[in-house]
Amino acid sequence: MADESWQLHCPIPIPADSDRISLAHGEGGRLMRRLIEEQILPRFRDSGDAVRSPGDAALLPAIDSGLALTTDSFVASPLFFPGGDVGRLAVFGTVNDLVVAGAEPLWLSLSLIIEEGLPVAVLERVLDSAAAAAVEAGVRIVTGDTKVVPRGAADGLFLNTSGVGRILEPAPPGPESLQPGDELIISGPIGRHGIAILAAREQLGLTPSPETDCACLREPARCLRDAAIPVRAMRDATRGGVTAVLHEWAAASGHTLTIDAIAIPTTPDVRGAAELLGLDPLHIANEGTMLIAVPQGTGAAAVAALQGSAISREATVIGRLGQRGVAPVTVVRALGREQPLDEPSGILLPRIC
Amino acid sequence: MKYLDEFRDPVLARRLLDEIRERVTRPRVLMEVCGGQTHSLLRYGIETELQGNVELIHGPGCPVRVTPAEAINFAQELALQPDVVVASFGDMLRVPGSTRSLADVRGAGGNVRIVYSPLDAIELARKKSDRHVVFFAVGFETTAPATALAVLQAAALGLDNFSLLVAHVRVLPAMEALMAAPGCRVQGFLAAGHVCTVTGFEEYDDFVRRHRTPVVVTGFEPVDLLGGILDCVTQLEEGRAEVTNQYARSVQRSGNVASQDVVGQVYEIADTPWRGLGVIPAGGYRLRPEFQMFDAAYRFADVASQQVTNSSVGNSGSSECHSGEVLSGRLRPIECPAFGTRCTPESPLGAPMVSSEGACSAYFRYQSQAGR
Repeated sequence: MADESWQLHCPIPIPADSDRISLAHGEGGRLMRRLIEEQILPRFRDSGDAVRSPGDAALLPAIDSGLALTTDSFVASPLFFPGGDVGRLAVFGTVNDLVVAGAEPLWLSLSLIIEEGLPVAVLERVLDSAAAAAVEAGVRIVTGDTKVVPRGAADGLFLNTSGVGRILEPAPPGPESLQPGDELIISGPIGRHGIAILAAREQLGLTPSPETDCACLREPARCLRDAAIPVRAMRDATRGGVTAVLHEWAAASGHTLTIDAIAIPTTPDVRGAAELLGLDPLHIANEGTMLIAVPQGTGAAAVAALQGSAISREATVIGRLGQRGVAPVTVVRALGREQPLDEPSGILLPRIC
Repeated sequence: MKYLDEFRDPVLARRLLDEIRERVTRPRVLMEVCGGQTHSLLRYGIETELQGNVELIHGPGCPVRVTPAEAINFAQELALQPDVVVASFGDMLRVPGSTRSLADVRGAGGNVRIVYSPLDAIELARKKSDRHVVFFAVGFETTAPATALAVLQAAALGLDNFSLLVAHVRVLPAMEALMAAPGCRVQGFLAAGHVCTVTGFEEYDDFVRRHRTPVVVTGFEPVDLLGGILDCVTQLEEGRAEVTNQYARSVQRSGNVASQDVVGQVYEIADTPWRGLGVIPAGGYRLRPEFQMFDAAYRFADVASQQVTNSSVGNSGSSECHSGEVLSGRLRPIECPAFGTRCTPESPLGAPMVSSEGACSAYFRYQSQAGR
């Protein structure tokens, strides 16, 4: 180690301001090693399991089932928002993608793309939060990567997580298996994440500040499994909101999905903000709320099972499948008339008046 | 939620629907002035429920679709100037000018920022003292008080790097223009509740007297709209024409006097071009001469004159877009040959397909899927 301090090769001078991440932190030299050894590894090290990480790769033990693999990138702005932050989002987002595929999440990778100048304290907060979320979700973060890009080339901090899970049998057969008569369930109030982010980013000054629904869906999924509910499909309703999932399922199944607008749970703050901004909560992103399809007659049992978890205690049946009618997705609003529900197109733009 | 749920009450709405059907002895033609009302009518299927009894013509009350292409082109040119930031309400971003939208210009490197209030644009100007912030001031009497307030605040702060691109419009002159248009079929108006919250409704007295046409100040929820329609058809059936207020929880007869004062301090009434309708006498606002230094058209006169030369062909939108006929109620959106095929919300030919309140976009969202 003593030799290393005499290395002549130093492409970027070590910055005076050590409270911020510099390009030197990404250059593969001593600063980067210290960043990884002091800031990152201690937060995710876990003795006593079968994973070894001797080099750049985690060596995973063999397991006796099929595997599920998923990846997702997280570019939230701001990095911190009421009820969550990008670290928590990055862990739960990938965990949830495994959970709704019918897998038990096991291992995650975590990659950081850091904009030069990010305060080290911000990075520490995000890493702490990701580590805590991993413990909460029962997964290990076993490998990762760190890059630093010049100021302006990223927005503070971008995260990527990939996840590996064990497929639990019987896994939900997926949206192609949906049948007319099937019941549609939402696991909780919708639109909370998108409104929380929008309110925080644009400093809308709403009181109380709307909170994200960012949560791990492992427990709600376990409740369904424990109650032996024959789930056909599950999907966390992230970007594009509930509407996007409904349209995907309608396309996959060839049937019409109909929801009852009055049955859809929303919190008063989300409703208020959505009304104010002219946005429909059905189109707004969620990060811990999923749509579930179950066979006709099992909706009530599924809801009862979901209510066993604090995360999905407000689960409720919101619709059903029918033969393909005039539109792939329809909604019944106050007057009782069934009307097409269009997909959200492009970005949601708040209205003028 | 208070002030919302009771105005979406299905039982009350059904009762009003029945009452309207009972009251109407022959089909009546009404115009809802505001785009927000149009969306609610379609979203809740009210138009379909009233088929054969009441025909609703969708009025011009959507700032996005009446803002002239020339103003949008000018905003785009400004966004491409070095050291200029154009701040705009989100709705305006996707509206096509002569060739492209502000969103396109932003993608091509133009400096365009979405703000939620003109006062946010003031904040932006304070923070970015090396940039000139132009706020794209669009909208009816509803948004004019806030932009006027921004000008007063900029003046108080002595901000030299802030101006407005003013494209404000006034609703009553547009109603006059529609009534004067040949072949106008409108028998009664549902006036825009938000606008009347600011302006009040005294100014409709003379309009009603001259045209013998009922005007009912109406809100935006199903029960509001049905109440407004019932009031209007009742007047028609009884041979009356009056100004009435069905949006009393928000609107008072003389309006919001403080807001009117602020508007009067900063703006004066001017003949103004409306997209699809042409120049409407007294149809909008311009800044008073004493606030000229906050007028982007004055501050960037060189850009403006260059832009006038560029658009000398008089192009105010796609020739295939029939928005003028849609705005004046002569053509229903679904009767337009481009509707849903060459013109969709993702790729709009004209402004009514863009806005969350545009009539064409409302039809596309709520009605057209059967035909798609």
